[in-house]
Amino acid sequence: MRKALLPAVIIITSVILIARIFYLQVIDENLKLQSENNAIKKVFDFPERGYIYDRNGKLLVANQPSYDIMVVPREIKDIDTTEFCSLLHITKADFIKKVEKARVYSPMLPSVFLSQLNKAEYAAFQEKERKFEGFYTQKRSLRDYQVKEGANIFGFITQVNEAILKKNKYYNSGDLIGKQGVEQQYEEILRGVKGVKYLLRDKHNKIIGPYKEGKFDTIAQQGKDLTLTIDHALQQYGTELMINKRGGIVAIEPKTGEILALVSAPTYDPALLVGRQRSKNYTTLYNDSIAKPLYDRGLQAAYPPGSPFKIITGLIGLQEEVIDEQTTFYCNHGANFGRFMKCHCGLHTLQLNNGTYKSCNSYFGHTYKRTIEKYKDSYYSVDNWANHVKSFGLGQFLGTDMPIGAKGLVPDSKLYKRAYNGAKIRSSYIISNSIGQGEVLTSPIQLANMMAAVANEGYYFTPHIVKKIKGQNLDKKFTTKHYTTIDKQYFQPIIQGMEDVYNFGTASGLRVEGIKICGKTGTAENKIRVAGKTYQLKDHSIFVAFAPRENPKIALAVFIENGYWGSRWAGPIATLMIEKYLNGKISRKDLEDRMLNGSIEDEYRKIENIIFQRKVDPTRVQDSLNKINVEISEAKKEEEEN
Amino acid sequence: MKNQSVGNRIDYISILLYIALVIMGWMTIYSASLPLEETSIFDISQIYGRQMLFIGLTIPLILIILFSDAKIFERLSFVFYGIGIILLLGLFVFGVTKKGQTNWYQFGGFGFQPSEFVKTATALLLAKYLSYSQINLKYTKHQIIGLAIVFIPVLLILMQPDAGSAMIFISLIFVLNREGLPSWYFFSGIIAIALFFLSLVIQPIYLIGIVFVIMVIHYIFNRKISRNPIVYGLLYLVMAGFAFSVSYVYDSVLEPHQKDRINVLIGDDVDMKREGYNLNQSMIAIGSGGLIGKGYLEGTQTKGGFVPEQHTDYIFTTVGEEWGFIGSTVVILLFVALFLRIIYLAENQKTKFSRVYGYCVATYLFTHFFVNIAMLIKLFPTIGVPLPFFSYGGSSLWAFTILLFIFIKLDANKVNEW
Repeated sequence: MRKALLPAVIIITSVILIARIFYLQVIDENLKLQSENNAIKKVFDFPERGYIYDRNGKLLVANQPSYDIMVVPREIKDIDTTEFCSLLHITKADFIKKVEKARVYSPMLPSVFLSQLNKAEYAAFQEKERKFEGFYTQKRSLRDYQVKEGANIFGFITQVNEAILKKNKYYNSGDLIGKQGVEQQYEEILRGVKGVKYLLRDKHNKIIGPYKEGKFDTIAQQGKDLTLTIDHALQQYGTELMINKRGGIVAIEPKTGEILALVSAPTYDPALLVGRQRSKNYTTLYNDSIAKPLYDRGLQAAYPPGSPFKIITGLIGLQEEVIDEQTTFYCNHGANFGRFMKCHCGLHTLQLNNGTYKSCNSYFGHTYKRTIEKYKDSYYSVDNWANHVKSFGLGQFLGTDMPIGAKGLVPDSKLYKRAYNGAKIRSSYIISNSIGQGEVLTSPIQLANMMAAVANEGYYFTPHIVKKIKGQNLDKKFTTKHYTTIDKQYFQPIIQGMEDVYNFGTASGLRVEGIKICGKTGTAENKIRVAGKTYQLKDHSIFVAFAPRENPKIALAVFIENGYWGSRWAGPIATLMIEKYLNGKISRKDLEDRMLNGSIEDEYRKIENIIFQRKVDPTRVQDSLNKINVEISEAKKEEEEN
Repeated sequence: MKNQSVGNRIDYISILLYIALVIMGWMTIYSASLPLEETSIFDISQIYGRQMLFIGLTIPLILIILFSDAKIFERLSFVFYGIGIILLLGLFVFGVTKKGQTNWYQFGGFGFQPSEFVKTATALLLAKYLSYSQINLKYTKHQIIGLAIVFIPVLLILMQPDAGSAMIFISLIFVLNREGLPSWYFFSGIIAIALFFLSLVIQPIYLIGIVFVIMVIHYIFNRKISRNPIVYGLLYLVMAGFAFSVSYVYDSVLEPHQKDRINVLIGDDVDMKREGYNLNQSMIAIGSGGLIGKGYLEGTQTKGGFVPEQHTDYIFTTVGEEWGFIGSTVVILLFVALFLRIIYLAENQKTKFSRVYGYCVATYLFTHFFVNIAMLIKLFPTIGVPLPFFSYGGSSLWAFTILLFIFIKLDANKVNEW
């Protein structure tokens, strides 16, 4: 017993030691993590973000250097806060708040303390950087916009947020990431891959050399340049035309699906979202819930398409052989489809051609009626019709290379079965679909794409905004033809009708010498409900077109909110865009002046008054200047009373 | 037989284990003290270079021991012990104070820690005393003398104050127990230590309740020994008094740094940047090693110098970090093999002197080993004792070498004993 005691104690305690070491080394993961934080410092080398060019090689977006002040809260050592704050023009409260925020993220990891200093601020700080232990500067590259247009296309660069940090291991707090537009969509291509250097440091945080001779270090990969399909001259022209209007212009090259211009109005200078004012400016833009400058109307807005949809109604009628070019319908300021549908065409006997260029509601109402009544099973007919419509890319996400979009709506049997409890649908219920005023909703880019399909006589390419990525092929889906369900032979009659829109029809005042433009005006009713009351607002002005008729080079859709009727705003703007793109100069100077200087702002003000339920008061102060004047006069009054 | 050379009779297993541990020890010191610019391994401006020198100097030391007369250690044990005590007393006058402990003599560039020497001297004298044929530890007088041999240096060392070294001496209670000291000495020591820590974790009032229940159960079920209720009562009173006095001792007698070390162990309100820093860093270093370690010379914690005094008391953290669980286990098993080998040899000695001395050697080495590693992995309060053969320092390496090789010499000489 006595002999066995010491050996037993030795063996038992050694087993305990081994068990404990096993726990620490193999089971407890926590210690390994702490060890990494302890001794290895990662230093990142951020590659320069790729440049963005337009289709003609014009540089649109470049980079400029900028400097961030980083902080490692644990390493802050009695610094002169007063000097520090005055150097950076921040208050002491700011200082405390920012350090605390960084500490919450991590006391040991670097956080951005102050971002995007300009050169002067940086120089002043850098001189004294040594005195502020725990702080250091980090060079970043920021966007340097060469143009003022296209903010909605580019998107912007911002610091990654918490949600992305959690999801994507690539990013660290304070890293920059593309948001919206191509910056978001092509983030990985533009940003490149940051390089990492692992450095060993001792307990004083002093770097003592590379970790494992740099075995794990990676070299930064440069971001790749993007060439957009955008024609900057056209984009710029479109933006100018849209001043003081709201809406969108989408222009597509039919032969390729390349987006030539993507204008959304109102818009903003992309440079607003660069630098230290970025966050403030972004908040202002974001909070503007009326003009919605961050809302890309060309991509995101789904409106009723109005008369341009008659093109589809006509094509389906021909394909389903419920009409031919000679089929005649009668119009008497409208026609009765169980309920009366009004028409302003002013003609009485209509065939496909004059029905199209005069945009006769009765003609297309009858065509639609025949399509829906072709089959006994009305639901089958509706689905048959919906399939034709969807083959033009409507009612679904187009799959463009922009991160946002709108699905729009093409009603099918599923929707109507729910709405009508499965009862047989009569064409009269849904007759408004024939003229694009029923349940159908489309976005401007869908309409432009639809025009491209018509211009191509039966196929389209998925619209896309990137033409070339350096050293990389374009996604296959952008080079695959999507065929519509309409046979090629049915397109010419409709196209003829569209050309005659310029010759004799609703756009006869917009003709441009030497260019055969095929177009279609549109007017879409719209209403809003505010506080339980429905208000009828001014119609939206719509125009779709492609040109030239032979070998089309541009197809586009123009949408002007509350622009009253198609040929008032949308038609002229579309025509000017076409002439600008095809000829490079404008012959219709009168038209151009009217469009550039025209404004619909008064109309928008009225809508605002409705939305905010304002009593319309002519003396009511509108702008900030008036507001200041009123304040001054009130102050005077008070003085006199005293 | 008498003239058989010493080379044929020494225990090669022990020596191989010794050499393996010394080599591994030097390798870890090399890793832990490697500067950025590589220099020769013999560069004595570097820690590893000096340790190489210290290792080299053990060779003449070993040879002197092996070729000297084995009897000399037994004969001169009184002298050694006397010199040792004088050296300890001399510290009060000539000692150098380092980190609050006056336990060094400084001669020019070399330091000398007398407690290392006294360990061997105490083991020799204890072996000498117990080997007298008339000594029987059943007698109180003999118990007192046996304990006095151990506790005189303990008292002197505690005054330095060097709790770590004192604890090593106290471990000789294993030896006395082996040689017949009544078991209650050993077990009351164990119970006292247990009560001390428990009373810091549990309120004393609950603790004495628990002790009461245990004693009642013991009284009811233990029929073999005489069950005198008065003895039980007295024993209980002593334990209760001890439990209550712990908080007083803790508050008034212990130094702040000693309290910190205990607090760190029981996880009580510890700042990992200050008093908890050493332990925390040591656990991080060991824990980060994983199953197979980061590889020799690849330890990030070791290179970063996060672990304090890594080449001395914390040297095992480098083993843990670079060689992982497998390497740590190998090192522990090598130590255990050496301890068990020494005990095995001790039990087979023909003289009581050799046996007791061998036992002392095993006990010393084991206590160092256990206390050192246990404190790194939060199983024991932080007490500065070196890891035998591993920790940097000539004084400690030579002391352990002398300690071990005297026994190897005694063992080799056993055929000459009658």
